[in-house]
Amino acid sequence: MTLPILELRAVTKRFGDFVAVDNLDLSVAPGEFLTLLGASGSGKTTTLRMIAGFEHPNAGEILMDGTAITALPPYHRDLNTVFQQYALFPHMTVQENVGYGLRMRKTPRAEGTDRVRQALDMVQLEHLAQRTPRQLSGGQQQRVALARALVNRPRVLLLDEPLGALDLKLRKEMQLELKHLNRQLGITFLYVTHDQEEALTMSDRIALMRNGRIEQLDAPQAMYEHPASKYVADFIGETNLLGGSAARRLGGSARLVIAGQEFEAPATPTLRDGQPAWLALRPEYLRRAEAGGEGPQLAVTVVEAVFTGQVTRLYTRLADGTPLVMHWPATESVLAPGSALTVTWPAKRGLCVGE
Amino acid sequence: MSGSERRPAHPPIRLGTVLWAAIPIGWVTVLLLLPYLFLFAHSFFRLVNGRLTHQLTLENYGRLFGTALYPGTIIFSAGIAARVTLASLVLAYPLAYLLAFKVRRHKNLLYMAVIIPLWVSYLVRAYAWKIILGQGGILNGLLQATGVIQQPLTVLLYSKWAVIIALIHIYTPFTLMPIYAGLESIPPALKEASQDLYASRWQTFWHVVFPLSLPGVVAGCTFAFVLSMGDFIAPSLLGGNDSALMVSNLVVSLFGVAYNWPLGAAVSVVMLAMTVTLLTIARKLEDRWAGGGPAAGRAGGQPGMGRGALRA
Repeated sequence: MTLPILELRAVTKRFGDFVAVDNLDLSVAPGEFLTLLGASGSGKTTTLRMIAGFEHPNAGEILMDGTAITALPPYHRDLNTVFQQYALFPHMTVQENVGYGLRMRKTPRAEGTDRVRQALDMVQLEHLAQRTPRQLSGGQQQRVALARALVNRPRVLLLDEPLGALDLKLRKEMQLELKHLNRQLGITFLYVTHDQEEALTMSDRIALMRNGRIEQLDAPQAMYEHPASKYVADFIGETNLLGGSAARRLGGSARLVIAGQEFEAPATPTLRDGQPAWLALRPEYLRRAEAGGEGPQLAVTVVEAVFTGQVTRLYTRLADGTPLVMHWPATESVLAPGSALTVTWPAKRGLCVGE
Repeated sequence: MSGSERRPAHPPIRLGTVLWAAIPIGWVTVLLLLPYLFLFAHSFFRLVNGRLTHQLTLENYGRLFGTALYPGTIIFSAGIAARVTLASLVLAYPLAYLLAFKVRRHKNLLYMAVIIPLWVSYLVRAYAWKIILGQGGILNGLLQATGVIQQPLTVLLYSKWAVIIALIHIYTPFTLMPIYAGLESIPPALKEASQDLYASRWQTFWHVVFPLSLPGVVAGCTFAFVLSMGDFIAPSLLGGNDSALMVSNLVVSLFGVAYNWPLGAAVSVVMLAMTVTLLTIARKLEDRWAGGGPAAGRAGGQPGMGRGALRA
């Protein structure tokens, strides 16, 4: 395996009694797009800030290319940050903002001017070089912030919820653009977000954080299809979580009771016998069961059908009242509230997860 | 959208609104505009045999600019004010910086320590300097007790230096407040961004913090300069013979002892014109340096109370 460009070893950060980051280990491969995903307070931003050098860990080490940088001030680290609110210097023009890092590093003037122009060209803002940040839209400011970081050709680019302030359409565009930049430039991206969809779209790997620890570290598709726990299943995408009673472990699968009926499904490796378990079912894998068909079956009552454009979402309830959401094919007519329905799913798509 | 189109162009003015507006407008007119108007008018009146007449003339201004005493006094006052401003700035800026960025725990306490003297009567504070600087005063006592001097120094009190010291003491808080407000409104992320872009702490201060604090600096300096240039009490209590060299004291003696209201009015008008010019320049500078304004939603880089302070 190649040497990780960035490595965190047993890093802990406390603010008073609150443990923001708890004994965290993480390796980032060169050129990778790695996302720290998590709810607010999960420690993802604190982790990023420690890597940037704005916070100092109480314990543990941070290494870049195998060399400890834990004690270095931010200005001696070979990485750059795109800040959440962009943090552009309001008293400087776009050009001066982008050229700031080069100026501080005493880059020769001619080379500096050239690189600033290229960087602005890359984010298609060359024509706005003489404006001040206040004269730019949010999306333009975002691009300036990106250019200001990338112009320095850092080994690692840290991005702290950089798209949070943009509207949905622009956000989608920028997501793709960031992904392309990561591939094109070969710069390692470490991205922080609370938006699971954003994480799934862009990342090579996602580290889902919870209470200062990594709950699961995986490629997007793997995380979506094989969530390691109920928390992950719930956080990534949309999931029905059914059951909650003690499971019986049977090799690679487990048995648990849902609404009085026993089901057997593949289980996560960490699920132990007798632990409370849930059956995680994605709405898109649920469909109407054929009469006398094979596979698992659940009887439900229709509550409401909601058309959302791409899909129709059918809200139903199990016999014991537990809600269950499924995607209803556009080709089939919608069932009236109160109708009885039996649903099924491909057996390997139901996953038994623990807490 | 359509709602606002239907709204009448001029909403009906209510009686309550009129009354609310009438009080401040009346106040300003009676207590500010009219007196200035009288002052302005008087500067064009002629004094005949010691009696005020309503003949219009420009000779007051001719005398003002033709006699070395008057421009000299104005320049001398400006010189005092400039020294007070510079010293206030040198004292206030580091303190404001400490308050804004370095002090965590006792921040409010320290800020109050700077502000509380403003609640003590100016007159009392000016007198206090008499007690400190006088021949039998605290400073001489201390210097004699420690053997630094044998005889009490007489140069301390009743000189322009006494005036400068007192004015620095009195106007430093005025300088500090807008600088502090300006520094505090700089988003911490800007300093982090600067360090992220390889700037050391000192470079960050020089390229980011200091430029963004300039509007506050201008506001603070304007306060110190304008207020100390027009100061009357400190020179009369502490200035001794030098006190006559301050412009406010000159105006007082023209209106009082000399009973030359027109000339006194002319000096006042010139002073007023200088002040207004200075405030205008200061505001222009503030606008220019604050030009960037907030970079993002966080209502960021709008360095602070500066402009508000001068516009108030």
